[in-house]
Amino acid sequence: MSDLEAAVAAGVLGADEAHRALLQATVEVARAIFGAKAASVFLLDEEADELVFEAVSGEGEGELIGMRFPADTGIAGWVLTTRQPLIVDDLSADTRWSRSQAESTGYVPKSMMSVPLLVEERALGVLQVLDRPPESRVKLREIDLLGLFANQAAIALDLLQRARRARAALAGEGRLAPLARVAGRLEEDERDTALELLQALDRLLAETS
Amino acid sequence: MSDAAIELHEHEEEEDLPAWSLPAEAVDRIRVPVTLPDQVTREWAWGGSTGAGVRVCILDSGIELDHPLVGHVDHSVAVLRDEEGELQVVEDGEGDLCGHGTACAGVVRALAPDVELTSVRVLGAGYKGGGETMLHGLAWAIEQGFPVVNMSLSTTRTKYVERLHELADRAYFKRVLLVASAHNMPVESFPWRFASVISVGSHEETDGLTFYYNPTPPVEFFGRGLDLDVAWLGGGTLRCTGNSFATPHIAGICALILGKHPDLTPFQLKSVLYQTASNAKGAP
Repeated sequence: MSDLEAAVAAGVLGADEAHRALLQATVEVARAIFGAKAASVFLLDEEADELVFEAVSGEGEGELIGMRFPADTGIAGWVLTTRQPLIVDDLSADTRWSRSQAESTGYVPKSMMSVPLLVEERALGVLQVLDRPPESRVKLREIDLLGLFANQAAIALDLLQRARRARAALAGEGRLAPLARVAGRLEEDERDTALELLQALDRLLAETS
Repeated sequence: MSDAAIELHEHEEEEDLPAWSLPAEAVDRIRVPVTLPDQVTREWAWGGSTGAGVRVCILDSGIELDHPLVGHVDHSVAVLRDEEGELQVVEDGEGDLCGHGTACAGVVRALAPDVELTSVRVLGAGYKGGGETMLHGLAWAIEQGFPVVNMSLSTTRTKYVERLHELADRAYFKRVLLVASAHNMPVESFPWRFASVISVGSHEETDGLTFYYNPTPPVEFFGRGLDLDVAWLGGGTLRCTGNSFATPHIAGICALILGKHPDLTPFQLKSVLYQTASNAKGAP
């Protein structure tokens, strides 16, 4: 998708906040459905090769957003790289893991459901649901539900990323920034004239191609 | 996998068999070393086998050394990038970066205690190169001729499909059985969708030797994958769920069968699996 199309898809620059709210709602519903203590979404930062906490509901809410760790290690890294969901219980028995988890997030879950967030063929991140009620034995139905939920979270994450790309294109040094600046400077009546000019240019380009 | 690795395969020794036709005098040369009995039973298939003599490769996050539930690991390698950025298979002392590979190795060991285990670590070279790393590790495993390769992983990247498909077919003809996890999400991923591999999903039962044949693929077999205690980092265990763990159950059963009938081809082995599945005639 081109930057301009992304900009159109995003609608307005403020869409970033709306999409973040959508992602937050997704983790909250995930947490509620599984009766879990926490749920989070990690976004893959391909440039840095890191996973970033993007939305958290429950334990760690408000503190973990923005925290990063390598994208190819740990359970989330394994799930992301191999595209396979994984459910782990009795996590506290893994002392090495729980120590590093406690050091980085301050919270050591006992159980964790992790599922990759896939849109078409891309892996965008990982959804984790932490600490389901201890008496609930995992059923295949739950894994299916988790998979369906991951689809929804993946779509929300995809929208968020598109909105960010659009914002980047329209702001600062972005390719479409001059367009946004010109549009911003125009008075209302000038804007109509400018739009007519753009439409004429569009028609001209369509005819010549 | 690099193009160089693909070329490596293409220059392997020529097969001495008539590949496209069969002259009368050549019939003796394609004698089938094992024929299946009229009724294949589990006793015939793997009765008395411990998997001894069968080399099983775990393509995963590495295997923790000296884990009590895994025991001796014969060889550990990792696929890593060298200074020029080229993928290389190197000796590995890193153990397991996640715990998952150790878990898979432990499942195989529990079913087939005398197999020889090799770990090919395809995690840790950076997420970005994950697909390439996996393909490189798989190509290496096929080149080494492991009779069983456990692949509890998949890729959704269509750009790898052609090469992965070629590798899966190459493995099939080289008697390298790829046992691959099916996805339990509604997405397209590979290599489990290929007919040349054994694809595995989970059932909900608790017996490790219970497995089902699915007459409506793409998932062809279901193994134990729910709520099981598996080996994990630090010498301990974790209770885990996922098709990832159903896969080494089927890989372990394949190792048992090959321990008793080492000359079975992947085609024959898949037939034996079908005939001994819990929903088929050969099961007890």
